[in-house]
Amino acid sequence: MGLEAVPHNFLTGRLEDLVRWARRNSMWPASFGLACCAIEMMAAGAAHYDQARFGMEVFRASPRQADLMVVAGRVSQKMAPVLRQVYDQMVEPKWVISMGVCASSGGMFNNYAIVQGVDQIVPVDIYVPGCPPGPETLLHGILHLHDLVRTGEIMKRRGGPGVGAGVHVDQLDGVPSPVRMIGTTS
Amino acid sequence: MGRFSGFGITIRQVGKVVTGNYPEEKRPKPARFHGRHVLNRYEDGMEKCIGCELCAGVCPARCIYVRGADNPTDAPVSPGERYGFVYEINYLRCIHCDLCVEACPTEAITETKLFEFSFTNRSDAIYTKSELLVDDTGRARRQPWELWLGGEDDDTSAWMRATAPSGQVAFEGRVGWSGELGFGVRAPEQGQTAPGPLEPAVDPADGAAHHGHGDHGHGSGGHGSGGHGSGGH
Repeated sequence: MGLEAVPHNFLTGRLEDLVRWARRNSMWPASFGLACCAIEMMAAGAAHYDQARFGMEVFRASPRQADLMVVAGRVSQKMAPVLRQVYDQMVEPKWVISMGVCASSGGMFNNYAIVQGVDQIVPVDIYVPGCPPGPETLLHGILHLHDLVRTGEIMKRRGGPGVGAGVHVDQLDGVPSPVRMIGTTS
Repeated sequence: MGRFSGFGITIRQVGKVVTGNYPEEKRPKPARFHGRHVLNRYEDGMEKCIGCELCAGVCPARCIYVRGADNPTDAPVSPGERYGFVYEINYLRCIHCDLCVEACPTEAITETKLFEFSFTNRSDAIYTKSELLVDDTGRARRQPWELWLGGEDDDTSAWMRATAPSGQVAFEGRVGWSGELGFGVRAPEQGQTAPGPLEPAVDPADGAAHHGHGDHGHGSGGHGSGGHGSGGH
């Protein structure tokens, strides 16, 4: 959009507010329901919870029309590249909500078949706990994300230490080292 | 008319408003809802957790991490020999199955009715003991990423099925609510196996198990004068 070349002044400040407002109020989710969490995600879109109140009533089947990917359910190792491809096909700006404990950390499926946290594949903005999270819990996560969009930077993604799974794996051709987790010193 | 009768159903729904106004109000939750945990305390401030790690052992998602330690003799933390000096629950693993509540021998861990919370990073999701432990009034400590509305923190007692409520062997097999700090003991509800006030199945010889339930039900605001658990130390 070329916004970075414009000197920052009152007009661009108002424009940023407008862009944030528009992004916040028309965030279209991509339908990425994988398991039982998808049922609750559908319930959040139905009449009793009605996420159309927040301008996100349309679950787009095409990732190119979506801003938000709600990863609802456990991600198997075989689904992981598909999920990454769907994420890559979404246009910026894009956000990811990791819905449910299985998507967030593997949950109770601590085994070889399930990705232990979808944040190892895509950057996750909001983790929604629960097994499955109810529609109100998902809406809490969505509103949490709306607040971040409303107050955040519009040109660059949030990042920094402490985000993501915190799992560091060296490349196969490098020096092998054990997987280190958050909080360990070695 | 037969093929159009379905439209009648549709037309009858016109004008009905079923949509809840979520961020301002929540839909009422069932009485035995499983939400975020709290670690309870006795009415004199002692912690109920004795660091036995049964909750961590029974957890199917392995989301609880407990380390027990010997109570300091000059300032004991819990009535028993040991107390849990590390207690962490990873809410990105917890599936809210309530098995930890069932396993707890002292009713230290119960589940509240709060389920509206979300995190921006993984470390927020790991609740430490300082976040889980109730405050001096028996209410859960509210974290900034949780949405508490109304009197949701009134109901923290656990629905005990397998184990003995009130931590006494005389109550074994009697299904009922556990005690909760600051709110007394909840009166049994319809459908519970113990109609009326919860009495022990067999009268113990010492008579200490008479807990005075029912009088100070939930909502009376008074500290449970029945002294739930006060005999335990």
